[in-house]
Amino acid sequence: MREDVPALTDAPAEGSSTAATASPEESRRRLIVEALGIAVSAIGFGFVYGLSARQAGFSPLEAMAMSTIVFAGAAQFAAIGYVAAGLAWPAIALLTLLLNARHLLYSAALGPWMADVPRPRRAVMAHLLTDEAFALAIGHFRRIGRTDESGYWIGAIASTFIPWNLATLAGVYAGGSIADPALLGIDIIFPAAMIGLAAGLISGRRELVAAFAGAAIAVGWALFASPALGLEPSTGVVVGGVVGPVIGLLVPAALAAERAPLGTPASAERFAMPGSRLDDDAEGLP
Amino acid sequence: MSTELIPLAVVMFAVTYPSRALGLLAPGLDRLPRGAIAYLQLVGPAVLAALAAVAVMVRTPDNGLPVFAIGIEWIAVLACLGIVLWRRNLLLGLVVAVAIVVVARGTGLAALPPS
Repeated sequence: MREDVPALTDAPAEGSSTAATASPEESRRRLIVEALGIAVSAIGFGFVYGLSARQAGFSPLEAMAMSTIVFAGAAQFAAIGYVAAGLAWPAIALLTLLLNARHLLYSAALGPWMADVPRPRRAVMAHLLTDEAFALAIGHFRRIGRTDESGYWIGAIASTFIPWNLATLAGVYAGGSIADPALLGIDIIFPAAMIGLAAGLISGRRELVAAFAGAAIAVGWALFASPALGLEPSTGVVVGGVVGPVIGLLVPAALAAERAPLGTPASAERFAMPGSRLDDDAEGLP
Repeated sequence: MSTELIPLAVVMFAVTYPSRALGLLAPGLDRLPRGAIAYLQLVGPAVLAALAAVAVMVRTPDNGLPVFAIGIEWIAVLACLGIVLWRRNLLLGLVVAVAIVVVARGTGLAALPPS
């Protein structure tokens, strides 16, 4: 473990607690209300995901496998594009790794709170750790000043996993019954969803530059470099996705104007499905 | 029913689960180099924007040579972007984007995409 950089979170040491700002019952009620909002959003996006996956040629089984086994919304949407473009699996694995690496920060932030939970249950918790589950759980724990395992499961399973998977199933079967998807504009859902998700993640100038650079590099590579090198145009996404952030990092930190550092609840909210607003005081770490 | 992509789902799980589990299963692993965090912060916008741009701007005809594409899809995607920035509501943005494309294609103002 590195000691020369700051910890990602000021969560309490193992077994300890922090000052509560709400009673467990009060906080649990608030958690349930927030979870309901997340569930509604998960239903909408899960349906759109299932629809898009079906239109991209995924079978119902394949689309459901993505939603249950991967269970990572943005990465699943992105995978539709990768697969449709014929991107090689190692490249898909690399982009998925990079796109989902933010979860490391969430799990590190939750780790101290979950220290007393038996390891097998923590292993299951890990698979269900999403932007939404993190933001719901960390807000709830901070309000009551201690861990509430049931609260985590409410956010992870009831508000996200179950609605997301049921809605995926509905979307897959709805998508399969559409005779002429282009006439209904189904093909526009994927790029529109991608740009909308990207815009939701922009919380400073570095992200903005990275997004523009990633897009420009990807298109330039697809049009010019990939034919010259005998590669698929889809490789542009890999190059843009890997090099774009490097260009973004060229923006000096003083000019970055970062509003939601990665690993904080504010950041998780941006990665969560846009429109699914979480608690208003989850803007930063304690 | 095809099951070819299920192994891909397993591969994606394999590269996702460790980042979800490390902090929960390995107490104390709560530090990353600042440079890595700064880079990861930018990966999401870059990858997603790259996917959207290639999907809208690049077409590959039968001869295999990619070409730059301009069409109603640009307007639809930009409208979605505008709504997300204005209202922070992606579902509404998607509805508007689809509506634009449906109207344009239905009235003959825009051509259907090549299948």
